Amino acid sequence: MSDTLNPTAAAPAQAAAAPAKPKRPKAKSLLMIGEQTNALFENARLAKERGEKVGWSASIFPQEIAETLGLNVLYPENHTAGIAARHQADPFLQECEGPMGYSNDLCAYAKLNLAYTAVLNGESSVELPDGGKMVKPDFLLLTNNICNQLTKWYENLARQLDIPVFFIDTCYNPMDYVTETRVRYVRAQIDQLIRDLCAFTGKTWDDERFKKVMEISQRNSYLWERANNLMDHKPAPIGGFELFNYMSAMVCNRGKESTTAIMEQLNAEMEQHIKEGTSTFPAKEEYRVSWDGIACWPYLSHNLRTLKQYGINMVASSYGKAWAIQYDDLDGMARAYCFASTNGDNASTMLSRRYEALTRMGCEGTIYHVNRSCKVMDCQMMEVQRQLSKMAGVPFTSFDGDQADYRNYSEAQFETRIQGLVEVMKQNKEAKSNG
Amino acid sequence: MYTLGIDIGSTSSKAVILRDGRELLAHQVVPLGTGTIGPEQALDAAFREAGIAREEIAFTVATGYGRMNCAPADAQFSELSCHAKGIHYLLPGVRTIIDIGGQDAKALQLSDTGQLLAFQMNDKCAAGTGRFLEVMAKVLNVPIGELGPLSAQADRPAAISNTCTVFAESEVISQLSAGVSAANIAAGIHNSVAKRVAGMALRLGHPTSLAMSGGVALNTGVVSAMAREIGCPVQVHPLCQSAGAIGAALFAWEKQMKKEGSSNE
Repeated sequence: MSDTLNPTAAAPAQAAAAPAKPKRPKAKSLLMIGEQTNALFENARLAKERGEKVGWSASIFPQEIAETLGLNVLYPENHTAGIAARHQADPFLQECEGPMGYSNDLCAYAKLNLAYTAVLNGESSVELPDGGKMVKPDFLLLTNNICNQLTKWYENLARQLDIPVFFIDTCYNPMDYVTETRVRYVRAQIDQLIRDLCAFTGKTWDDERFKKVMEISQRNSYLWERANNLMDHKPAPIGGFELFNYMSAMVCNRGKESTTAIMEQLNAEMEQHIKEGTSTFPAKEEYRVSWDGIACWPYLSHNLRTLKQYGINMVASSYGKAWAIQYDDLDGMARAYCFASTNGDNASTMLSRRYEALTRMGCEGTIYHVNRSCKVMDCQMMEVQRQLSKMAGVPFTSFDGDQADYRNYSEAQFETRIQGLVEVMKQNKEAKSNG
Repeated sequence: MYTLGIDIGSTSSKAVILRDGRELLAHQVVPLGTGTIGPEQALDAAFREAGIAREEIAFTVATGYGRMNCAPADAQFSELSCHAKGIHYLLPGVRTIIDIGGQDAKALQLSDTGQLLAFQMNDKCAAGTGRFLEVMAKVLNVPIGELGPLSAQADRPAAISNTCTVFAESEVISQLSAGVSAANIAAGIHNSVAKRVAGMALRLGHPTSLAMSGGVALNTGVVSAMAREIGCPVQVHPLCQSAGAIGAALFAWEKQMKKEGSSNE
């Protein structure tokens, strides 16, 4: 069984004796991510200044379309996750649920973004912590494969700002495969969307340019998946939560060469760690777990601290790999987007993906984030817990939290559940080593 | 050899002293939880009862909500494992435990050797916890310890929701003003707790042998409602409230034995 050596007794002595630990320099790939993110917002601002049309997009949307057309597009889900992670969400939540009159039960990404938009639109005086770098959009790009609430959220944005939504209905997947009729249905919408978007923005579609963007995008997806798979080494070359830092490259910049450079750098850094037997994970890797659900951004540092205390590295996640999407033409794009998100998949597809990740990565347990913002994900989570734990023979725990609303989390509850999970994992490990 | 287990909960503190990992020398419960003088009072009382000095304790394990802030502790274990261990000591045949504490509820699945196999915990809401019962007892103007006997007199238990403590409180007030008897409301409150916790416990599968631990297990109304909801008799040991501290003292004994074993090698 596990225990924690008394932190109360030990801490003062350690604090007096140990010199301050030097801060580890940031990996080059992380610096590159920072530069790329700054460039994304700056380019959008400059485009707006030039009088070009700038868009906002749902996170799982074929980014290559906007990239081919040379359009600048920003991503509300990423942006609001950042606001939540920096603990700046409160005034936006209050504004959205108060004067704007939205329900507390809405997705917190939507609540933050709707309030942020109200400020951009001159309807609210909440102070923007980033000075308004998420410039006001002229159009919206939307798919419903990740979430159906997005359709209402974007409809409201469109009405609020009086701008068009370019929308692809991707269908729910009751089967384990995508039928050709579905591919044709989605493909026809993509074709129409490209025509409409060209007409609206004045841009021209270039097949050769599209091919080039697709080559870049596929290379990036391959490299992203490869980096995720390198976590199967023991110990894993990096702390699993660090991979979340690179998601903006895949979500917002998947068709860009700058992402290829970042992904190549990330892979090289991970391989170097594997070669040297080192890891950026800041403790000895005692346990390997998988993470189910979106990150609990407002409490990511508390999650990390608690897991680190027990040497738990999160080596597999259903979340990040959602952006390792493989396709090389418009038909492939249509097929891939019918299957690109957990919330659009049936239970057996979801289970087999998770089982594969859990076994490949040698996970000894699973942590489920019961995310108040995402009711669809929560709906399937209980059954996934039950079946996956039985299939893989590993324990799990779940905790209440939220992707962006800091009010839906209790630190003490998280700590108790993680300690309980560790105690079961340790006992299983000991039983295994005793034959 | 003496070992000490201390369970610092949100509303009460429990201390247990064991001799040689078997003999229960002292068990004390003080109705004051973490951040109060409760833990110290429980320790004082336990040492008086055992008739030994603090220096004679070989190893101390803390558990419960306040486990990380317990100065005398040599190690901390979660209350999940401690309740599993403690109930296995008290009622060895039990394979499923429902522990309702001051601010959370847990369902635990045990192996036949008393090891924790799986667990479920309540969500962030206080409905279905001891705090819920405290709030309701206050509204009914009944001491918490009398809720159980009061509910035994019910003939038509009231329907009380179990989604939110504050909403349930206003429902109880409405029922009182509509003339519903305190006994029927108390029974409705117990049903409400039992339904909420049973729903969580059944995620672990249907139990074959079930016990309740924690302070709420002393409430006979909740226990009988739970048995009805789950469809399985519920065993309650008289020391159910000290189960977590007993488990902690047992872990302390195991830790000390391991320590002594390794130093003799």
